[in-house]
Amino acid sequence: MTRLTVNGKRLELDADPSMPLLWVLREELRLTGTRFGCGMSLCGACTIHLDGEAVRSCVTPLSAAEGRHVTTIEGLSPGVSSAVQRAWIAEEVPQCGYCQSGQIMCAAVLLREKPQPSDADIDDAMSGNLCRCGTYQRIRKAIHRAAKDIAGEKA
Amino acid sequence: MAHVVGTSARRKEGPEKLSGHARYVDDYRIPGCLHGVTVRAPIARGRILGIARDPAFDWDGVVIATAEDIPGPNVVTLIEPDQPLLAAGEVRHAQEPVALVAHADRSRAYQAAAHLKVEYESLQPVIDPAQSEQVFKSFLIERGDVVAGLAAGDLVVEGTYTVPHQEHAYIENNAAAAWFEADGTLVVLASMQCPYYVHKALKPLFDLPAHKVRIVQAVTGGGFGGKEEYPNMIAGHAALLAKKAGRPVKIVYDRHEDMLATTKRHPARIRHRTAVKRDGTLVAQDVDVLMDGGAYLTLSPVVLSRGTLHATGPYDCPNVRIRSRVVATHTPPNGAFRGFGAPQTLFAAELHMERIAEAIGADPVALRRKNLVREGSTLAVGQVLRESVGALQALDECAKRSGFRDKRREYARWNWRKDQPTWKGIGLAVVHHGSGFTGSGETHLASRAAVALTREGAIVVLAASTEFGQGTNTMFSQVTADTLGLPYDWITVETPDTSKVPDSGPTVASRTCMVVGRLVRQAALDLKAALVAEHGRVPHTRAHLREAALTLCGDAAERRFEREYEKPSGMAWDDATYRGDAYEAYSYAAVAVDLEIDKATWEVTVHRVTSVQDIGTTVNPLLAEGQVIGGTAQALGYALLESPVYKDGVMLNAQLTNYVIPTSLDTPEMDVAFVPAPYSNGPFGAKGVGELPMDGPPPAVAAAVHDATGLWITDLPILPERLARAERERKAPRNRK
Ligand code: FES
Ligand code: FES
Repeated sequence: MTRLTVNGKRLELDADPSMPLLWVLREELRLTGTRFGCGMSLCGACTIHLDGEAVRSCVTPLSAAEGRHVTTIEGLSPGVSSAVQRAWIAEEVPQCGYCQSGQIMCAAVLLREKPQPSDADIDDAMSGNLCRCGTYQRIRKAIHRAAKDIAGEKA
Repeated sequence: MAHVVGTSARRKEGPEKLSGHARYVDDYRIPGCLHGVTVRAPIARGRILGIARDPAFDWDGVVIATAEDIPGPNVVTLIEPDQPLLAAGEVRHAQEPVALVAHADRSRAYQAAAHLKVEYESLQPVIDPAQSEQVFKSFLIERGDVVAGLAAGDLVVEGTYTVPHQEHAYIENNAAAAWFEADGTLVVLASMQCPYYVHKALKPLFDLPAHKVRIVQAVTGGGFGGKEEYPNMIAGHAALLAKKAGRPVKIVYDRHEDMLATTKRHPARIRHRTAVKRDGTLVAQDVDVLMDGGAYLTLSPVVLSRGTLHATGPYDCPNVRIRSRVVATHTPPNGAFRGFGAPQTLFAAELHMERIAEAIGADPVALRRKNLVREGSTLAVGQVLRESVGALQALDECAKRSGFRDKRREYARWNWRKDQPTWKGIGLAVVHHGSGFTGSGETHLASRAAVALTREGAIVVLAASTEFGQGTNTMFSQVTADTLGLPYDWITVETPDTSKVPDSGPTVASRTCMVVGRLVRQAALDLKAALVAEHGRVPHTRAHLREAALTLCGDAAERRFEREYEKPSGMAWDDATYRGDAYEAYSYAAVAVDLEIDKATWEVTVHRVTSVQDIGTTVNPLLAEGQVIGGTAQALGYALLESPVYKDGVMLNAQLTNYVIPTSLDTPEMDVAFVPAPYSNGPFGAKGVGELPMDGPPPAVAAAVHDATGLWITDLPILPERLARAERERKAPRNRK
């Protein structure tokens, strides 16, 4: 039995503790917003938050989430998700969209840790998240825009 | 009513792609669904001697399908009936599908596949296209007299160029689900570009009439050509397992399988011999193209055709000969990939222009200006360009915005100082890309699209053109809204589902906006005329539109206005001689790449790309710019990073660890601009945009590398080790004793 909190809900799961969290989320909990791209920690499509840190759910076993908080794209706090989504739409970021859950989950952590990130901060945080549609420079702009937006809301 | 064409109306499906709610194939919960896995041949060529189950394995709940289970002919219908759905008897490439297994549990299905023992007798494969004796297709295009022309110039410049395979690496792998309804209808839900291709392939395989096959596109996580023809295969596999199992079956590839087994860009070797006058006038271009088609014909003839028709670059030269062929090898079939043959031949053509410039001591911009096509120019196929030719404007704007000439001088000074840690360079290329199918392709295709007004007053665009990132839905809505003079938000676009939408042809060839967009506009004009006839004008309130809908629909649920492709007047093409108007219109781009090379590591860093294009009217500038940015990123990967390694016909680096695609760190700032030369038959003057950005960056990179180092790297990708080797050879040429 693994005890964990997913998107604010406390759960007890009796799935195989070695099962990657990605599959627990997608298959057991039907949280399909977290995507599979490679299964080898190489693309970032499966990024989620584990106690607020961005991790790759495809290589994180369920057992690693014991007693911890998991957040997926579906459970991103409304304040952050709406600021990020507004910025992503304003900059017309998504193309096929497949990588974007992972991009947004990664960006959300960055924005919390560095509310006014520099381009270098963004590259540092985001360069592991692949986007074959090539939306990188728009993601960078959208992160700056979201940072301003969040700062404005707080002021 | 404010116009929406020409504005950056926001992507229709944007919000759901950002909240995790967009549903890709594997996000659907299909009751009773099994997971399918493909058993593939490990050898490049051989005979299948037998398939046996490992008796030690527990086969309970496992469904197995082989070629014998296929109800119809064992053929994946595309151009020629040469590719089997499952190999039977003979294997012609590594990773060819041989059998299928399914189980309710995904990992059980993989285990079962590993325990299905296939016995082979190996045969000697042909891997090198230069050694192949099987020619899938060849072309010869001639203008003037190339032999006389080669003798008439002041000098002849020769060059040989090669380009490798390229992997699409869409982040969503290929995936399909299939099931049979109670009435026997086969339904497929898949990640795909071309629902009607799948429809056409599945009817004969399952011996079903058209109305008993229904193909639905799920939200698709990238395609780039990689989901043009391959979905026929995976959908056929899922459907065959579903038939055998009597339950729905889903097949979702993992990354390794997708990279090993599915299509790639055709590798090519291109030779140029060009005669030129001292003043830079092109006198003769003699081009020879060899492409590797892989084991089956698939789309190779059309890829070769487009590659051939773009092989001279966008120049007007009086004497041209292009000889091209695509041959069979025992490697996985190569297929559609953004650009479709043109990036291969344009790399050679444009890098060759640089070498001509060097040979005659000409400025590369001036050399191109002298020879570029303009209105009234004639192409090698005899096509006279009557309108919408923005090549020169694109070049001039690109040279200006990138500061090309100043940078050349500045970098020359920098590179001259031996104590600098790097070399710097700027290079440029000009390319064209034909919009729509080649020659009479659109006439044969006879695509249809419709606009419907429902009883409830909704306006719905009905087309089989798929959205996979380019902005199809948004563009259709903009065109329809402006045609009717109604708000953008009032327009909806039906899901590409063959039971609901007409066959608008495949979503390929930069044809969706110009060709299908035009059909949508014509259909919307018909709706408008009907509304005007009935009500004197197009109703401008929802309430009035609902009233109008009731009268226009009569007893029906909707009133549909459908249009079929008609060749624009004055266009002519002869399939037999391969002469005439090869494409309705061409888009043009000029690209400058500004880069720096580390003298110690040979690492190339691209600092800036300036990309100026004429795509006719830009229906949606922000989406168009997105296409340019994304295509440029893929093109930079092709030029500098993506290096597939093959041994005995098997890709050795079929994973993202060592097949490297661009990350945000590899993708520089881009300055994108448009110089529209509207095309009179395009919707609101639009031409194609999707593939064009793939064409220009690779030769511009190679030109910049030469500017920086003085080295001509004629083979892609330009890896550090290739540069280092070229430098060693320059210092110590092999023929020096
Ligand atoms: S699926 Fe986890 S990093 Fe690619
Ligand atoms: S939007 Fe398509 S992979 Fe990023």
